[in-house]
Amino acid sequence: MSETKHANTLANLDLPEGERRYFCDARPEAVEPVKGIWEKFLNWARANSLWILGFGTGCGAIELRPLMTSRFDMYRFGVQPRPTPRQSGLFIIGGYASVKTMKRIVRSYEQMQGPKFVLGLGSCTVNGGMYWDSYNTVNRLDHYIPVDVYIAGCMPRPEALLAGIKTLQKRILSGEAEGQNEYARNFDWYKANQKSIIKDWNMPDYNW
Amino acid sequence: MHDIRDLEKELKRRYGADGIQSNRDDLAFTAVKPHAVGDALAYLRDHWRYVHLDFITCVDLIEEGRLELVYMLRNHDAKHDLGVKTRIDRNRPVMESLHGHWAAVATYQRELREMFGIDFPGCPRVDEDFALEGWDEMPPMRRDFDTRAYSERTYFPRPGRTTSDPAEHMRTKQYPGRADL
Amino acid sequence: MTIGARIGASALSIFIFANYGFLLMGSMARIRARVQGRIGQPVYQPYIDIIKNNARRTAVHHGVMFYLGPVFRLAGGLGTFLFIPAVLGAPLFENFSFSGDLLLVMYFIFFGQLGMALGAGQSGHPYSPIGVSRGLAQMTAFEMPFILAVLALAVRHDTLSITAIVQAQQGGVANWTLATDPLAVVAAVIAFLGMSMHNPFSVVIAPQEIPIGPPTEYHSNMLGTLQTNRAIFNAAKLVLYVNLFFGGASATDGAIYRLLDLVLPTVPAGLGVVAGVLTMVVKTFLLYLVNVVVGVSFPRFRTEQSIRFFLAVPTLIGLAGLVLARF
Repeated sequence: MSETKHANTLANLDLPEGERRYFCDARPEAVEPVKGIWEKFLNWARANSLWILGFGTGCGAIELRPLMTSRFDMYRFGVQPRPTPRQSGLFIIGGYASVKTMKRIVRSYEQMQGPKFVLGLGSCTVNGGMYWDSYNTVNRLDHYIPVDVYIAGCMPRPEALLAGIKTLQKRILSGEAEGQNEYARNFDWYKANQKSIIKDWNMPDYNW
Repeated sequence: MHDIRDLEKELKRRYGADGIQSNRDDLAFTAVKPHAVGDALAYLRDHWRYVHLDFITCVDLIEEGRLELVYMLRNHDAKHDLGVKTRIDRNRPVMESLHGHWAAVATYQRELREMFGIDFPGCPRVDEDFALEGWDEMPPMRRDFDTRAYSERTYFPRPGRTTSDPAEHMRTKQYPGRADL
Repeated sequence: MTIGARIGASALSIFIFANYGFLLMGSMARIRARVQGRIGQPVYQPYIDIIKNNARRTAVHHGVMFYLGPVFRLAGGLGTFLFIPAVLGAPLFENFSFSGDLLLVMYFIFFGQLGMALGAGQSGHPYSPIGVSRGLAQMTAFEMPFILAVLALAVRHDTLSITAIVQAQQGGVANWTLATDPLAVVAAVIAFLGMSMHNPFSVVIAPQEIPIGPPTEYHSNMLGTLQTNRAIFNAAKLVLYVNLFFGGASATDGAIYRLLDLVLPTVPAGLGVVAGVLTMVVKTFLLYLVNVVVGVSFPRFRTEQSIRFFLAVPTLIGLAGLVLARF
């Protein structure tokens, strides 16, 4: 049984031989934005309706809880948490990303659809923070997934997180937040970085 | 209520412990040889009401060439913690598996296997990854594992990091040229 | 009216009531937020959500039935709405009602959930069928008191046409079903709590229980379709309930019309239609407010608890209402 592989398919070499046919092997492709005033209108809708993936990756998750309550209230900005990566557009990486969590972050990020944004919450996403010399945490998050906005602090207060969401909204409105296309264009570099730290890769190369 | 003097006498007589040392009245330590640990823990659990296992931890005594295991037990009636210490060889660390005493011992032994490299033959699931998936270097809690060098090698350090270490400041700025600093 | 004019009028009435449904969802979210002491989303947030979902650039599909799931759901919602006369006596809003449409409307309420079940099953996500089985089980349970209430109505007025039932309720509050068959109305309103899936019956679509239930794997424009359907379906169910149990809305009668009649010498037909629409809006808003008030006050039932609840007291109330209507 021979299959012709086109140049733009992935090898999926880390899956066992018999399971490769169950997983999609297409590469991600960059989808260019529509131009002009229509894209401005769509960006306005995307900025005012950010749905967060409800996956608290680290200690930053504790800062998301006050946001949902009445004192800081993120709902008035249109931000809601959704439990599945298929329906969410914003991934907040809260705090340090250990190697074990990084595998799950990559898997969830790749399952998200459409224009998707990443917020790095805390100093550990910027330069490693207080775990800079740890054998288990990554130092620079943007070498593994594209990041749009960083919020420094250990932990930043909810007001800082709201200011970060406002900055992200400005970035989306200006059309600069194209993390998905950046990931698709530099896919090999990101994947090589991810595979160099995640040693037990038993997933397909791209988790559709 | 129990008398710590009686306990010390019994442990010395039965298991060759070297006495009980304590600086507080709710925490004490004793040390036995590795082959006597299992029996001593069972004896403390069954006859002296130390029924709760707090934790099992390990200290890397690299100068002596040994690893010291500490089994911390608690007596809820007397509100007393007793740590049973033992030392095993660092180059071939093997310890008897005590997963029959308490169910949680198996998890602690899994952690020690990953972090220090101690082998517990017969312990269920001891070879499974505990917190590090796919780890292929030396056990990271050992003192001869250079975590900073590993981090700089594997994870991309962000350039431009400066240090505020006072020793650095003294060595380079305040007292330059002093060879003994 | 010619068939072309009727289609155009129905499209316009769908448009008006769909927008009403969106604004209703938004304002209820804001009311819930105020109850909890927050500011809450803006009232037009459902529009932004649907535009954002449809503006997604990628989508993952799992087969033909996966696409058809939301289409069936929307067909169920539109079908429910199109056979209910929204405002009695207004040619613009009478839709496609005919004699016997009561049973057809009840079928359409059920049909959307079934189509969704097939689509969710093809998605392959393990949580979708759990949500589907919970949803359909709960639906079967709350249909009991609902059917009994509807049968009580049909027996009382000896007809299966919604238009005839609404006409029989005109002429004052004493003619409403609320006054003639109160037990049937009580059973139907309890069934309505189950139908709208607010607390305490919200385990089917509860985000903390299982990720959203049947629409777990749906995203992008399919989710936009499902959200649009939610607004239309909500509006359709509310209009059905007001028509069956609370007197409906009429372009030639009603409190607002009588007020206008006192003020103006003759009420033009257009103003009568507007009065009818306003009456419908006020009544559906108050009915939905009852739902939301119950929703914010209660925690959640498990599925078997809600099934046991519906098959016990509300069914008995419905049976009593049916017996009273007959004799």
